[in-house]
Amino acid sequence: MKKALSRIYLGFIFILLYAPIAVLILFSFNNSRTRAKWGGWTLKWYAEMFRNEAIMSALYNTLLVAVLSALISTLLGLLAAISLNSMNRRRRTVILSTINIPMLNAEIVTGISLMLLFIGLGQFLSRWGYAVEFGFGTVLIGHITFNLPYTVLSIMPKLRQVNISTYEAALDLGATRMFAFRKVVLPDIMSGILSGFMLAFTLSLDDFVITHFTKGPGFDTLSTKIYTEVRKGIKPEMYALSTLLFVSVLVLLMIFGRGKSKEPAVNKATH
Amino acid sequence: MKRRNPLLSGPYLIWTAAFIIIPLLMIVYYGLTDSTGAFTWSNVAQMGTPERMKALVLSLILSLFATAVCLIMAYPLALILTNMKVGATGFIVTIFIIPMWMNSLLRILAWQTLLERNGVINQILGFLHLPKLYLINTPYAIALGMIYDFLPFMLLPIYNALEKIDQNVVNAAYDLGANKFQTFWKVIFPLTIPGVISGITMVFVPALTTFVISDFLGGSKVLLIGNVIEQQFTQVGNWNVGSGLSLVLMIFILISMAVMQHYDNGDAEGIVL
Repeated sequence: MKKALSRIYLGFIFILLYAPIAVLILFSFNNSRTRAKWGGWTLKWYAEMFRNEAIMSALYNTLLVAVLSALISTLLGLLAAISLNSMNRRRRTVILSTINIPMLNAEIVTGISLMLLFIGLGQFLSRWGYAVEFGFGTVLIGHITFNLPYTVLSIMPKLRQVNISTYEAALDLGATRMFAFRKVVLPDIMSGILSGFMLAFTLSLDDFVITHFTKGPGFDTLSTKIYTEVRKGIKPEMYALSTLLFVSVLVLLMIFGRGKSKEPAVNKATH
Repeated sequence: MKRRNPLLSGPYLIWTAAFIIIPLLMIVYYGLTDSTGAFTWSNVAQMGTPERMKALVLSLILSLFATAVCLIMAYPLALILTNMKVGATGFIVTIFIIPMWMNSLLRILAWQTLLERNGVINQILGFLHLPKLYLINTPYAIALGMIYDFLPFMLLPIYNALEKIDQNVVNAAYDLGANKFQTFWKVIFPLTIPGVISGITMVFVPALTTFVISDFLGGSKVLLIGNVIEQQFTQVGNWNVGSGLSLVLMIFILISMAVMQHYDNGDAEGIVL
């Protein structure tokens, strides 16, 4: 009885979560320009999305911002985690809570604060004839900023588990600090670095609010493109592209998931 | 690793100062000055107009409601998931994360189609000869969108907290004669409070400040405080008033952060799932 009830409940939540996704995937096969009516099955949107330059450039921007912001925030996060780890508890708490602000703060506040910064900077620089152009650069800075706490918090716990003695042993045996770090510390924290990178990439890929406030006219990511298209009606190509992205992520997850499935067990053992 | 690396702390300290602290100070500056740069409280006081107060109160009601429903839905769900066979949990938890890989704007947009007058839900209701539901462009649709969008944020911290509970503690409670309800109420639930609190803030703050969900599911008929602020920046172009209103919003965010800090015993990693 109890088992049946929990099955029903799981099923209900499952439907709630997947109904919108089923609808979107269905739209991508709808042979009709509007989502108001069903015009039969078609695959033409999957072909036409590649010919739609606006969508392709939005896709390019989205992927480029996601890859670069994930790379840079992982690197900054790694540096931050290493130096935070060597600080005393009080300083660490202060700096960590500052880095965490974009994670706990409302996205709209982070977005407008960055927008005001870039406007203010533009006014300041205009005295010397320089300008701040809202577009790729400003969006990238915004994404790195909100990704940073996630990469730091992915790497920090791994770093804390590293045994300092092995690193010091490597130094005693004549390794340079860089070599010892690369050969002794890095392999131990690699899983944290990778999961930080993946988290940052995902968050950046899906971000709308920060991009909305830091982008300029003429620069669009997929999310901002969808937002402006909503009023006139979303182009069916967008459903096709999103379905394709969704499915590729699923496939990637399955491939990586197999290799990774052993990791949580290791994790638990060390805690 | 304990070894001082003073040079390493440079880049992210500069980054934090330039792109986190200074921007927030800019909001304070714009919010407390007029267009000539003179100090004023009038931007903050702009929140007092009936239309904006209505938006703020509606945002508070809807976000508190959505947070409560998320908690009520997620807790039993997390319990069910923790009680499943160990091998299956990873897979099942993934199932609740997978939807987040579809563009979030499109997912909210899909609810338009589901909730519309002649939408999928009403067609099913019609087929079953049940009365139609008129949900789209009402606050109910917005609350539903919030619950849908933020449920995983509530589920994951609670699930993590439940996962960490030592089974021996639970068994000890049973051995000492506690019944199921007592064990849950006196042992399991108190141990998950940090997870619950972090879930509450993870849902409450984005729900309170959203403008996308209300934009898509409320038509332009229902305004939340997020919409009011967004319009000040992108349509009206009055940054002083927009910043003033944001300062009021930030008070609520700070309260919820303070609550979280109070229950968070230095285990910052818990926040990130």
